[in-house]
Amino acid sequence: MTKFKSTALGLTLCVTGAMTASAQELTIAIVNNGHMINMQTVAEAYTAETGVTLNWVSLEEGVLREQVTSDTATGGGQYDVINIGMQEAPIWGAAGWIEPLNFGADYDIDDMLPAIRNGLSYEGTLYAAPFYGESSMVMYRKDLTDAAGVSIADNDSWDNIKAAAMAIHDPDNGVYGACLRGKPGWGDNMAFITTMVNSFGGAWFDADMKPTIDSDEWRAAINFYVDLLGNYGPPGSEGNSFNEILALYNEGKCGMWIDATIAASFLTVDGVAYAQSPNAGNPVGANWLWAWAMAVPAGSPNADAAKAFIEWATSKEYIQAVANHPDFGWGSVPTGTRASTYAYDEFKAVAGFAEAEMMAIESAAPEATDLKPYVGVQFAAIPEFPEVGSAVAQEMAAALSGAKSVDEALAASQAAADSIMREAGYY
Amino acid sequence: MAIVAQQTKFSKIFWPVLAWFIALIFFFPIFWMVLTSFKTDADAVKPEFLFTFKPTLENYLNMTANYDYWRFATNSVITSVFATGFALAVGVPCAYAMAFNPSRATKDVLMWMLSTKMLPAAAVLYPMTFLTKNFLGVFDTKFLVIVVLSLINLPIVIWMLFTYFKEIPKEIIEAGKMDGVSTWGEIKDILLPLAWGGLASTALLTFIFCWNEAYWTVRLTTTEAATLSKLIEGNRAPEGLFFGRLSAVSAAAVGPIIVLGWFCQKQLVQGLTFGAVK
Repeated sequence: MTKFKSTALGLTLCVTGAMTASAQELTIAIVNNGHMINMQTVAEAYTAETGVTLNWVSLEEGVLREQVTSDTATGGGQYDVINIGMQEAPIWGAAGWIEPLNFGADYDIDDMLPAIRNGLSYEGTLYAAPFYGESSMVMYRKDLTDAAGVSIADNDSWDNIKAAAMAIHDPDNGVYGACLRGKPGWGDNMAFITTMVNSFGGAWFDADMKPTIDSDEWRAAINFYVDLLGNYGPPGSEGNSFNEILALYNEGKCGMWIDATIAASFLTVDGVAYAQSPNAGNPVGANWLWAWAMAVPAGSPNADAAKAFIEWATSKEYIQAVANHPDFGWGSVPTGTRASTYAYDEFKAVAGFAEAEMMAIESAAPEATDLKPYVGVQFAAIPEFPEVGSAVAQEMAAALSGAKSVDEALAASQAAADSIMREAGYY
Repeated sequence: MAIVAQQTKFSKIFWPVLAWFIALIFFFPIFWMVLTSFKTDADAVKPEFLFTFKPTLENYLNMTANYDYWRFATNSVITSVFATGFALAVGVPCAYAMAFNPSRATKDVLMWMLSTKMLPAAAVLYPMTFLTKNFLGVFDTKFLVIVVLSLINLPIVIWMLFTYFKEIPKEIIEAGKMDGVSTWGEIKDILLPLAWGGLASTALLTFIFCWNEAYWTVRLTTTEAATLSKLIEGNRAPEGLFFGRLSAVSAAAVGPIIVLGWFCQKQLVQGLTFGAVK
């Protein structure tokens, strides 16, 4: 009897062990935003269909970067799928930290918006698949501009933007002409400021990768930024980034906001109209390009299953799954990745910003040019950029708050950037 | 005489009012967080719904249904309880030795222990990740979290206990020794009953520090050992306002510790003001 019990127990353990081994699990590190939260619900169908259990680890953007970097640098294995942005994708791809992605014909990679695809590729190979993409644009209150007798056009001049901000600025009634990012951070104030400098003809580095922050173009752009936001922006702008301005905008306190296109889907005030980002008369506009994408770290023991999941989560099928999900609908589909999304009438009916968003993404130019000899629009796709951007961000916030003059802030920024780039061995 | 009486009356009203005012200022963020947790994400940022809004349990239901709150909470309880116990188990003998059998190096050792708190945690992030993941294989385990929480709180535990033990007359311990009590007996039967208040406040403060620790518990865990700190961290969003959701998660994370602190406030105050008044 005892022998029988032992045999039965052994068999049970074997069966349980076999079942455990066959049940695949994926650990997915994500940033917390609306689209990612929705994905956790929509992906229940993926688990039901494939049997793959998905463990979600939601992290704040900065912590996610830190944790994924330390995991990857120590051989990986902690995560099977990671959320990364456009800044990291080409760098990590080149370093071999993330695996190249090759999907089947059904995936229709040519449907992916070219600017987004290029930004997530290294030497023509896709290393991260976009989950949602964004550019930036002007989101203004047409009711206020109409009442003030001014207008804002696509790719308007900065002078016209300032004139419009001045006309609608009414702080006594709690309305500020222009709300722009001022909070220091390479992904915060520097995202906007970099695009503004681009539009003034400036760039972060010259062809030898020497910083050019003390150039006339930077000086003109930063003087304009400090003047515009200092005079026609809300008080305490040096503490405002995306979330803070979104709250102000929805309280009816912003006449105009130039920021990520995704903001349009969160706006709840009436009378909002959209325009392409302004420029200062040269070919580069002040619109950025960003995507949150999914990649497979090189150390993942479940790379094939991870790639299969990414293929599903960034497919046309996923867009349909969100649109048809009882909790969501066409207003919740992730945008900025596939041309086919913008072709659906149902989507266009609920997303008044769709056309402006697609135009902004398509016109963003991340590739290196003579004017800007590095990849990236609101950032430079080099490993040192977060450090350079963070140092300059502090100086720009100091200039905005009046703690330093623009010239002092630019000189300090140039010195800091020069020191970082020199130490990194660029020259 | 009348002036003195007037001053006494003034003091009787002024100081309590001031104390209440300051207490309310400190309590306001907690109140605001709890209030916001009953609003939808959309209502949370609208000024017209500051106090008048339709309360909803949506955020709490969402937290338990989608974010697996209880797994994080269980991990927080287990790691904080065991880390506190481990820190005390090591801290009591250490503090005993230094308080009653000091050597010339005791003062330096105490300072050295405190100086370990001055090391920026970020400086050892990579070695810690490498050691625990690649070398020891204990990454993302409750064991690792317990050990790390114990060790980072050990200097505070030893310092606090050392201060309490120093207040106990050495003669009492010596009398026990004369009566033939063993070292363990001295600690168990003489020292601990006398220093019970200090031990309780040290345990409570250590528990609170463990519960609130957010650097290592976020970075040395993935899913298995993740605590409430990681749940809160994951609800911070760079693009999107989820204040209702974030408030609910935060309220549910700090709730147990507030209740615990409320019940043990006497010991807590004693612990926080140790050494302030001799």
